[in-house]
Amino acid sequence: MSLDRAAREKLVRALALSMIGHADELTSLDQAIGDGDHGLNMKRGFEAVLATLPGLADKPLPEMLKAIGMTLVMKVGGASGPLVGTFFMELGKALPEQPARADLVAATDKAINAVKARGRSEAGQKTLLDVLVPVQIVFAGGGDAKAIAAEAAQAADRTTPMLAIRGRASFLGERSIGHMDPGSRSASLLIGAAVATLEFEENS
Amino acid sequence: MRNSNSGHVGIVIVSHSPKIAEGAADMVRQMVGDAVPLAWTGGDVDGGLGTNVAGILEAIETAWSPAGVAILVDLGGAETNSEMAVEMLPEDRRARVVVCNAPVVEGAVIAATESSGGSPLAAVKRSAEEFYA
Repeated sequence: MSLDRAAREKLVRALALSMIGHADELTSLDQAIGDGDHGLNMKRGFEAVLATLPGLADKPLPEMLKAIGMTLVMKVGGASGPLVGTFFMELGKALPEQPARADLVAATDKAINAVKARGRSEAGQKTLLDVLVPVQIVFAGGGDAKAIAAEAAQAADRTTPMLAIRGRASFLGERSIGHMDPGSRSASLLIGAAVATLEFEENS
Repeated sequence: MRNSNSGHVGIVIVSHSPKIAEGAADMVRQMVGDAVPLAWTGGDVDGGLGTNVAGILEAIETAWSPAGVAILVDLGGAETNSEMAVEMLPEDRRARVVVCNAPVVEGAVIAATESSGGSPLAAVKRSAEEFYA
């Protein structure tokens, strides 16, 4: 997968616009089972990321991802900042400048493990891991962009009947059942935006 | 907030609400006095309810003591952001900062009381955490 400067900028814009454009939806999901700030927090974080363009896209891919992660950590606030920020930072640390698909699979694996450690959580607790983990299985199994995006959307949907064990929604106990996890929704939007702009090379 | 350069463990209070953080710090000062380095932070970067890593890093710096710093937090994001802040510290400081699993107001008062008696970081953390265990 080669990602030149224009492609890197396109990727950053797509990620940011997916959060900024869905801020209201994410906020209403969070109002149901959290503290109602998820949409605003992610919007603020990704607006800050956008503000670092065009310089951001001049950086090589690993450095660019680390910079995105650091901006999110510092600007998002809430638990999402460190969680999503850690994902990008670890991805940046693990990737070579010109990653093959196998490099990307290995790096996302590391990044997901870092998110687990940061949140002391696993899949099954109604968090963004309930999107990241099943999507990673499809990605590692050779799924194309369409399959990955579909799994991301479905995985977010599957959090609706789940009982929240971690995060603010866990305070609600059984009342968390019946609402989609906002963090899962934002993760699925980010993944959908990423794969829509990336072209995976076959068998590379 | 002015802090003495004592060898006492520093206390940092992190709440989503700056008012709660400041109020808890006021209680610590009134009940424990000035011997303990103390700092508070609250609110997101836009001044709304929330917590932010930069504010937490600044509070750790303000309350820094060679004996270490104990952080008291309220809800989830305060804890995650505090842990993130600790990881971003220079390596020689990282091992001397802990996040306590204790209620923010009571924990801060108890941790500061323990610190004012000259206890080491581990004892300060334990006292705060045992109160509600």
